[in-house]
Amino acid sequence: MSAASRPEDAAARRWRPPSAAIAILFAALVGGVLVFASGANPFDAYAQIFLGALAFDNWPNTLNWATPLVGMTLVAAIPLRGGMVNLGGDGQLVIGALVAAIIPVYLPGPGPLVAIAALGAAAIAAGLYAALAAWGETRHGVPMLISSLLLSYPAVGVASYIVRFPLRDATTGLPQTALVPEGARLMNLSGPLNIGLLIIASITLLVLFVDRRTVAGYELRMRGINRRFAGYGGVRLDAQAMRVMFVSGAIAGLVGAIIVLGSQFRFIDDALLTPSYTWSGLMAALLANGEPAGAILAGLFFAALQTGGFAMQREIAVPRVLTMVLQSIVILFLAMRHGAGKATR
Amino acid sequence: MSGLITPFLVQSAVQAITPILLASLAGVLCARVGVFNMALEGQMLVGAFAGIVGGYFTQSAAGGVAAAMLAAIAFSLILAYGATMFRGDAVVICIGMNLLASGLTAYLLRVIFGVSGTFSDPAIVSLARIRMPVLQDVPIIGWGFGRQTILTWAAWALVAIVSVVLFRTPLGLRLRGVGEQPDAAETLGVNVNAYRVTTVLVGGALAGLAGAQLSLGAVSVFAENMSAGRGWIAVVAVMLGRGNPLYAAAACMLFGFADAFGVKLQSQGLPNQLTDIAPYVVTLAALVISHRRRARAQVSPEVAATTPGAADAGAGAR
Repeated sequence: MSAASRPEDAAARRWRPPSAAIAILFAALVGGVLVFASGANPFDAYAQIFLGALAFDNWPNTLNWATPLVGMTLVAAIPLRGGMVNLGGDGQLVIGALVAAIIPVYLPGPGPLVAIAALGAAAIAAGLYAALAAWGETRHGVPMLISSLLLSYPAVGVASYIVRFPLRDATTGLPQTALVPEGARLMNLSGPLNIGLLIIASITLLVLFVDRRTVAGYELRMRGINRRFAGYGGVRLDAQAMRVMFVSGAIAGLVGAIIVLGSQFRFIDDALLTPSYTWSGLMAALLANGEPAGAILAGLFFAALQTGGFAMQREIAVPRVLTMVLQSIVILFLAMRHGAGKATR
Repeated sequence: MSGLITPFLVQSAVQAITPILLASLAGVLCARVGVFNMALEGQMLVGAFAGIVGGYFTQSAAGGVAAAMLAAIAFSLILAYGATMFRGDAVVICIGMNLLASGLTAYLLRVIFGVSGTFSDPAIVSLARIRMPVLQDVPIIGWGFGRQTILTWAAWALVAIVSVVLFRTPLGLRLRGVGEQPDAAETLGVNVNAYRVTTVLVGGALAGLAGAQLSLGAVSVFAENMSAGRGWIAVVAVMLGRGNPLYAAAACMLFGFADAFGVKLQSQGLPNQLTDIAPYVVTLAALVISHRRRARAQVSPEVAATTPGAADAGAGAR
């Protein structure tokens, strides 16, 4: 044992409480102050969140909310694993949803096949749009962080135009497309749950497998740790960026398609963006620094928090947007704590 | 051409430029000291909300502007200390701050005013427009500046002030040193962290002003997420301007006119869902073109990334 390694041993021996737990506690504390300032009882609020999310009867609701959120967590986590950031989830989600809402209305054929075609087309369309951001970086030198986000606005704007004008369902007064025929809808499992849950669950397992057991996963992790080393080791970085962004966008498109074919049965303007799955997913992925298993756990946690938020708002009238505040405080706390750990090294 | 550029167009362009310009000046200052500030969007939003709160409770526009600045400065403490003392990742901190701003303003909107979505009240006085009787009739310049708020004037004055301070004063030399060669600056007795913290907080004040212009500049109203991507456009302006306030201002003008043209096209029957995307498309095009130009100038990205001055704006973008 060399002398140089000793301080590290000492640091390892000293027990440190898990960062995530402290961050959640800290966020709960700040949130408690906010609730208290608004004139409600913080303990009541947290009890409502807990029961609203985890009481046995509410499990289906929580899972139903978790399906898109965990999907969008993967969307953010996959590029993050390689040190890239996809901020364009909103645009990709909307593109997938719109494609999935249009195809069943115009494509004749047996329902299940149409549904599969719609899911596939949604994934491809959104994946290509996401890959555009990577292309912008590799060919045009526009940082993906910026290009992915900026590309989101035109996608959302054009989709909004399409459902308001050319493809609006004229029988209703609302900005939405015509209803998807019943045959092409996703099969119901029980209550609010449909097979979209199973699709996302299998994608989750697939992502974990690819991350842990395949060359592609290894190369992506290598890129995340040291981009230059990965390039030196023979990874074709540009092609990898495009592939990774395509996969990330494709999952976002699938999430959009699942929402349309599984629960809303049509594209409703703004309905996909108001729950801010994209940003919650990004926060969950950041929380685990892109490590898929941790990100999925964080995504489930955020889904429970948000589902509980509905109960809190219903029962004691504390605005549920509080859960968004809690989530961002967790992220901020962890960002600084990880940094503080780095400083002592 | 004369049909295209009307007094109304120029006026609304100048009005649209003001918040982006103020925010991009904040971004330029932060970039110069080596902090990549992507939280402009959130800082603006906090400023816009605090402006309405301050305006409502003090019943004066000045009170609103002061509240906007103070709140945005307080909010910026997260980035100021997070990216320096705590050595957090600025990108992660900024993403967290933007979401916190969005959640917190929506929460406080419900708690303080009991409404969601938008809030306005006759008690809130919007910023007075300074009328320039002679200037008003001068084409272009006069159309643009004949009737604008004090914040518009302040924004353009600040472009000059920031340029002079950065490039013509000892303070500016130290600021740039902190960004380009922090170790060298430290050896020469410059407290790098103190400079960074102060600069980020000054940037916060500017972003707060940008927010005040949003909520108090035209009609006094706050809407959830009313910054609507303007903070990100300011980030792009900083990148395009490569940390130079004058170039950043030029980029802001481009976006402002794109925005105003969009509004004009709307009046000619194009739906606003399509015209609203004009600034983003222009922004993306500008980024691509500026990279082409730089590539043609025979500077490879690697060289640009390690050249002081060119590096600081893009340094934080991985």
